[in-house]
Amino acid sequence: MSRPALLVLEDGRTFRGEAYGAVGEAFGEAVFSTGMTGYQETLTDPSYHRQVVVMTAPQIGNTGVNDEDPESSRIWVSGYVVRDPSRVTSSWRAQRDLGDELAAQGVVGISGVDTRALTRHLRERGAMRVGISSTGTGADALLQRVLASPGMVGADLAHEVTTPEPYVVPAVGETRFRVAALDLGLKAATPRYLAGLGVEVHVLPATSTGDDLLALSPDGVFLSNGPGDPATTDGPVAATQRVLEEGVPLFGICFGNQVLGRALGLGTYKLRYGHRGLNVPVKELATGRIHITSQNHGFAVDAPVDGTPVETPYGRVRVSHVCANDDVVEGLELLDRPASSVQYHPEAAAGPHDAEGLFTRFVEQMSETRGTRATA
Amino acid sequence: MPRRDDLHHVLVIGSGPILIGQAAEFDYSGTQACRVLREEGLRVTLINSNPATIMTDPEFADATYVEPITPEFVRKVIERERPDALLATLGGQTALNAAIALHEAGVLEEFGVELIGADVDAIHRGEDRQAFKQVVESIGAESARSAVCHTMDEVLAAVEDLGYPVVVRPSFTMGGSGSGVAHDEEQLHRIAGGGLAASPTTEVLLEESILGWKEYELELMRDRADNVVVICSIENLDPMGVHTGDSITVAPAMTLTDREYQRLRDISIDVIRAVGVDTGGCNIQFAVNPADGRVIVIEMNPRVSRSSALASKATGFPIAKIAAKLAVGYTLDEIPNDITRETPASFEPSLDYVVVKVPRFAFEKFPGADPELTTTMKSVGEAMALGRSFPEALQKAMRSLEQVPGGFWTADDPPGTAQDALDAARTPHDGRLHDVERALRLGATVEQAHEATRIDPWFLDQLLQLVELRRDLEAGELDEALLRRAKRLGTSDLQVARVTGRTEAEVRDLRWSLGVRPVYKTVDTCAAEFEAKTPYHYSSYDEETEVAPSSREKVLILGSGPNRIGQGIEFDYACVHASFALADAGYETVMVNCNPETVSTDYDTSDRLYFEPLTVEDVLEVVEAERESARQGGGRLVGVVVQLGGQTPLRLAQELKDLGVPVVGTTPEAIHLAEDRGAFGQVLAEAGLLAPRHGMATTYDEARQIAEDIGYPVLVRPSYVLGGRGMEIVYGDAMLVDYVERSTLIGPDAPVLVDRFLEDAVEIDVDALYDGTDLYLGGVMEHIEEAGIHSGDSACALPPITLGRSEVLRIRDSTQRIAEGVGVRGLLNVQYALKDDVLYVLEANPRASRTVPFVSKATAVQLAKAAARVMLGTSIADLRAEGVLPAQGDGADTPHDAPISVKEAVLPFGRFRGVDTVLGPEMKSTGEVMGIDAVFGTAFAKSQSAAYGELPTKGTVFVSVANRDKRAMVFPVKRLADLGFAVLATEGTAEVLRRNGVACTVVGKHSEGAGDDVVPLVLDGRVDLIVNTPRGVSGRLDGYEIRTAAVARGVPCITTTPALAACVQGIEALLRGDAGVTPLQEHHRGLRGGA
Repeated sequence: MSRPALLVLEDGRTFRGEAYGAVGEAFGEAVFSTGMTGYQETLTDPSYHRQVVVMTAPQIGNTGVNDEDPESSRIWVSGYVVRDPSRVTSSWRAQRDLGDELAAQGVVGISGVDTRALTRHLRERGAMRVGISSTGTGADALLQRVLASPGMVGADLAHEVTTPEPYVVPAVGETRFRVAALDLGLKAATPRYLAGLGVEVHVLPATSTGDDLLALSPDGVFLSNGPGDPATTDGPVAATQRVLEEGVPLFGICFGNQVLGRALGLGTYKLRYGHRGLNVPVKELATGRIHITSQNHGFAVDAPVDGTPVETPYGRVRVSHVCANDDVVEGLELLDRPASSVQYHPEAAAGPHDAEGLFTRFVEQMSETRGTRATA
Repeated sequence: MPRRDDLHHVLVIGSGPILIGQAAEFDYSGTQACRVLREEGLRVTLINSNPATIMTDPEFADATYVEPITPEFVRKVIERERPDALLATLGGQTALNAAIALHEAGVLEEFGVELIGADVDAIHRGEDRQAFKQVVESIGAESARSAVCHTMDEVLAAVEDLGYPVVVRPSFTMGGSGSGVAHDEEQLHRIAGGGLAASPTTEVLLEESILGWKEYELELMRDRADNVVVICSIENLDPMGVHTGDSITVAPAMTLTDREYQRLRDISIDVIRAVGVDTGGCNIQFAVNPADGRVIVIEMNPRVSRSSALASKATGFPIAKIAAKLAVGYTLDEIPNDITRETPASFEPSLDYVVVKVPRFAFEKFPGADPELTTTMKSVGEAMALGRSFPEALQKAMRSLEQVPGGFWTADDPPGTAQDALDAARTPHDGRLHDVERALRLGATVEQAHEATRIDPWFLDQLLQLVELRRDLEAGELDEALLRRAKRLGTSDLQVARVTGRTEAEVRDLRWSLGVRPVYKTVDTCAAEFEAKTPYHYSSYDEETEVAPSSREKVLILGSGPNRIGQGIEFDYACVHASFALADAGYETVMVNCNPETVSTDYDTSDRLYFEPLTVEDVLEVVEAERESARQGGGRLVGVVVQLGGQTPLRLAQELKDLGVPVVGTTPEAIHLAEDRGAFGQVLAEAGLLAPRHGMATTYDEARQIAEDIGYPVLVRPSYVLGGRGMEIVYGDAMLVDYVERSTLIGPDAPVLVDRFLEDAVEIDVDALYDGTDLYLGGVMEHIEEAGIHSGDSACALPPITLGRSEVLRIRDSTQRIAEGVGVRGLLNVQYALKDDVLYVLEANPRASRTVPFVSKATAVQLAKAAARVMLGTSIADLRAEGVLPAQGDGADTPHDAPISVKEAVLPFGRFRGVDTVLGPEMKSTGEVMGIDAVFGTAFAKSQSAAYGELPTKGTVFVSVANRDKRAMVFPVKRLADLGFAVLATEGTAEVLRRNGVACTVVGKHSEGAGDDVVPLVLDGRVDLIVNTPRGVSGRLDGYEIRTAAVARGVPCITTTPALAACVQGIEALLRGDAGVTPLQEHHRGLRGGA
């Protein structure tokens, strides 16, 4: 028979449901994701480290799990909240059941929850700490443990998810460029995209310095997505500044956008409940074009969203993209150096492919810069 | 990019009559478009021949032309109105085909009219099979292997390569008309032959079979800045092989990983760009091989479609409205999302619920029609439901159909084993899911069910959960946990009652005592990410409700449920009008309905919308939710309107009232007075009115005795019917035996009514309003076909063309007496027959009738609006003072120069090959058109053009009539001969004609088999008009072949002599060539000015 489970938010609101995945207790920041597909990619996205993810899509697990779709080697979410898990898997690619996979990886979940009520609560009150228990802990005791758990502000998590050792993702076909990628929580899709464009990707741990990156003589440097508070990223910020000084083409995604922002002297702040979904409209200010993007961020860069350039030690920077829903900064672009970043996920996985042209642009930038350097 | 400032005047083309494959959804989309364009300050001219639509209400356009949607008439409108632009992507295939024809004829160029929304090349690339295939290849996607054929020889050559089974699809037809799957050469001949004839370009596509693959559809929008968004993904529960309109469909897609979904999305976006849909919506259909994920692009519609209406209701994203804004130049990011108000329309809706649509069929209306579901659409309507899981949404949708069986377990199982059930489920048909459920319940495995049906195992496991629920319900105590589980799976109290041996009321009482009640969630486009400003609700057994407190006086309006034959868009029209009128009068309006095609389920129509099944249980819960909202906010629920949505809400009236719901208007008891034979007889007797002699029989012998007493012919029917279900005219004992044998219904609990049938009587329909004191006669309609043809299928004229003033006054007086006797408060429809100057009352219905919109448009009086006010207590005198009704006079005294309006029914015989097209007392039409002009002949000719295509003005007429019609036929046929028609006739008919000086050629009777009969001539296209009146048993077979040939070739076929007379007048009008076009607003100024 099903085992009762309990979910308690730090403000005391309680939801009851049934155990899903591993039996135990889990804590983290409660966030909701509105994607209707791609739960497997979401679960394995390192950016969700220490977060308890609430799925707004009510029926989860229908297509099971496979070995092709994970974005990293493990599930990273600290807890999983769904309304109605599937009892069967239905896909020609399915290899295992999602509930079994969660259990096997020790991920505690809860099902049968009014996820819409929970989502509305988080929308109104903001992201907050949460605990899930399927071990019979009472609501009061669980609340005390939630209140004792660490929050997301000030959390330095990139070093917990990064690769311990450098590794190389070879280019598909002819190797045209070499990129040094700083792994702050890298998703597998990013090197896959770059490799497809003839880029050999050297993935380096989050602790790597600017010199470590430059030692590879890269054509470009990539700053990955990742979890935690961007205010804690002094190391990566310094590395980024070093790369900017050298004028090596640089591209960042998500957390990488925040790192670039801080390297340029811009501030970052926590959004009330973040952007997590596959349907977020982003406007490219230069063209007015809208891209539907995959997003997963709780923090954002603070910069003028009308595109007014801001002076920095590395030349002028301006906001290149904004969120059409709420005018949050979604991209930065240096005007005097080959560096840019976006807050959303052009690598998708899960999500739409509208923004995949950004990888091509990065490659073109590397090509141009190499031309300039060669002739210089 | 802001709105274009070079557009000032847009012509919108509607979709014409409701047909299978093109229904109320285009009223919904067209109404939205007209609203949007006018809000933008543009002049809007509309052409649509369908009077039952909201869009043809005069306030929705500056000039509303209720005229045929043919290139000739649209040209006349363009000539008169001189619009800058033509918007044809919101009126279905009809509008698109008209626009293409106008373009090809050079009319658009001649008058400088720009086609907006999609250009002709894009339409061609999207709709022409071969061109589309090239588009698909050009973007690196796959189409099914196929061949385009223009002759039967090419068809036979192509199938050598493709093999059987092979799919046949004609080009440029709507709703998959004429398409099908051929398993052998004989079937191929039949389907491809029909398809070649049905296609306006004599073109069919043959393609490899992908039967059994998973089927998906994506709804997209594109703006002129090339922003593209996917509004909705839809997955068909029924795999490939069943037309998507006939499939159970689910949103969002449930069984795709993100990789596969994104692949479909990428292809869709590439397709919309390559096809070049400039702005607006389109849908793209895919087949996915469940074994390896191979994706085949099936087709696209470069316009707003039935699926886009479904997607709009499913997501809260109003596709047609946004399409209209995009067509005049806005980009998606400039348009706010109505529901959140703060975010733009340039996003993709995210659903935190599951939507299920189920089709509603009407096979019982068409004996002989092939019930197998194929790639030709056969359903006549649909119901949609939302839930927080697939089973919840599915079960709500199934009970929304109002059929027996509705939900699972609501009817006794047919006998048989799991294997029998599996075998039954193998062939797609209406109600297949019941067979699947039964198979699983009897022990079949999910794998076996999948093998038999190819339905995805995920859906089958969802059904299995219901099977397990039933087992637990049958086995255990009905405690709170089990009841809650049943409700969370969408199970109704009635289903629980049937399975646990209780009554529905017992289950409800138990459920309420345990506090198991639904909550109401909100459709918000964004899965709760942003606050919704629009109260568009659905029920679910979850924790938190979102119904806001309200301080106002509110009225609930119960809609009409899924469209079906006998209950269509006319009732939705009445409900929408009630909502508008009551909002104007200061009430908060709350709509409850489950039909995604309609204007009533647009979240803009009422203050609140509950997308819920129309059952006692579901309505009671909404009432309770609204009472709670009123308690919290200090408001009050003042009434529930049940008389406007047809039988659907009406049959709930008594039970709702008994449970303390404030039903307003005519009381359920009064409704019973009108519907119960004995009680109504008493009302008539007291009023001094006559009904045809009748009796009620529970056995054959009784029926025969009654028939003998009152004399043949008699009209026989089961009691309590709508749309004339099971009603027939019987001419003798032999036919009566036949009727009783075929009718399984007769018995002590199911009596059969036997009425004297008044042959050759004039049938009259009246719509009136009564407030307890005054009667307002809306209009008197004279049927063109004589009594005996169902009023819904009969053409009619208003004002009545052959009735004198004294007769109209007599009708008015009789109507008033009936209204008083029954106790009507609101609308009343009465049907009379006038024979030998005696007025008989056939029936009275104290509710909105299907003619209310037609009467309103013909007389310039909004009857449904007035009715809603009367039901809430306003007097007719006050409504006259307010200007809702004319200050003086009513439909009994129309001005002498009033235009003549003709309503003509539109029949779906083309969809049901082999079904006899003879009209009778059982209603078969799906929709109607209106022709309006100064004289009857022209109005009738317009109605024919709008319904079936232009009447012929020259050529050959074939005449074969029953003996009793020979006298009546002579004069009109002689007139046709004088007008230059060549006449063919069968021997008896020819003899009479010759004696009357009409030259004619004799052809043989088909049944005599000499091969010299008219059927081959019809099939060869050598007959332009058919007059064939069958009567009684003899003559029926012969006529059947002729009429079937007429349907196949689209030749007008007249089956009654009054219709022949009207037709001749119409042909004369066409020959005069003076059919002009006049907007409704101008007609109405004349009518209201003169009143």
